[in-house]
Amino acid sequence: MMNIIFAAMIIFSVVCGIFNGKSAEVSDAAINSCVEAVELFLYLIGGMCMWGGLMKVAEKSHLTDKLSAAFRPFARLIFKNLDLNGKAFHAICLNVTANILGLGNAATPLGIEAMKALESEEKANGTATRNMIVFSVLNTASITLLPTTAASLRSKHGSAAPMEIFPCVVITSVAALAAGLISAIALDGISKIGHKNEKRSKEET
Amino acid sequence: MTEFTNLLIPIFIGIIILYGLFRRVKVFDEFIEGAKENLVVGIGILPSLIAMITAIGMFKASGGMDIIAQLLKPLTDFLGFPGECLPLAVMRPVSGSGALAVYESILENVHPDSFAGRVASVILGSTETTFYTLAVYYGATNVKNTRHSLVSSLTADFTGFVFSALTVRLILR
Repeated sequence: MMNIIFAAMIIFSVVCGIFNGKSAEVSDAAINSCVEAVELFLYLIGGMCMWGGLMKVAEKSHLTDKLSAAFRPFARLIFKNLDLNGKAFHAICLNVTANILGLGNAATPLGIEAMKALESEEKANGTATRNMIVFSVLNTASITLLPTTAASLRSKHGSAAPMEIFPCVVITSVAALAAGLISAIALDGISKIGHKNEKRSKEET
Repeated sequence: MTEFTNLLIPIFIGIIILYGLFRRVKVFDEFIEGAKENLVVGIGILPSLIAMITAIGMFKASGGMDIIAQLLKPLTDFLGFPGECLPLAVMRPVSGSGALAVYESILENVHPDSFAGRVASVILGSTETTFYTLAVYYGATNVKNTRHSLVSSLTADFTGFVFSALTVRLILR
């Protein structure tokens, strides 16, 4: 996927640059962008380490366990027949917590763990189960409460109140997640009805 | 509201440390441990950050983004979505580092407290990199058929873009 996008962007820019007479700018960008990338990296890595450190403290003090207890009712609502004492659910809780705190990079390893546990608990057998799809949507439409990355870049660029976007981020996150989950659960229902009808018509013939 | 949101992070950090002390966690040692882990993760994303920022830098310099934004302008105008944020909406589902790079370039052109700057911030803060996440999560399993995972995830992304403009317009004036 990324291979195609990367190649397409570069080829498109080279062609566009020639047609727009901006080859000099494209050349400059090609040479200088890597320095920009390292500058951006230096800006981000501090925050990543800081939040990673705090996350670890929260984990060791079992604060994250408390959070997973709080997440239980919501989990019952969106997951179907999930073992709430199982390994998958514990990983899901930590993953959701990291997402809520805006720690995308801390969330990913936990999410992978949860996905693998779901696969074996639900015997997925090559096809995504309902809970796996719901969980994948939960992560692609991450519920963010603390937009830490956006806030630190906003302050770098001279925002008067970097965290003022907080209420908008919460509402937008919730709306996007709701739309995604409704779609995931509804489409699962539709595909199941489709399956039943197929079976029925096969039995009739 | 601003007063409250400014307090959010300090209080949050305070609670984590205080609760850690209360539970007799070696807060400094554990902090270092967690920071070290994320340092490794961070260094891991640097190469892709360089690749994407180079591609985006060339793309921007060539005027290519303007062509795509012009094509999509009627749709975004209809939704009240700022044109400056269009490249971010295009990039967001595809690449996290790419979206960061686009966001950075938007903030270089418009003030972070302007309408477009705020909408871009909300998009960055509230949506995730759909393709990357699905690829990584399902890539770790043996699942070949992801069924409607992608359709449902993109539904969420699109809803997020519409709501980012809507909420900024209604809440932050």
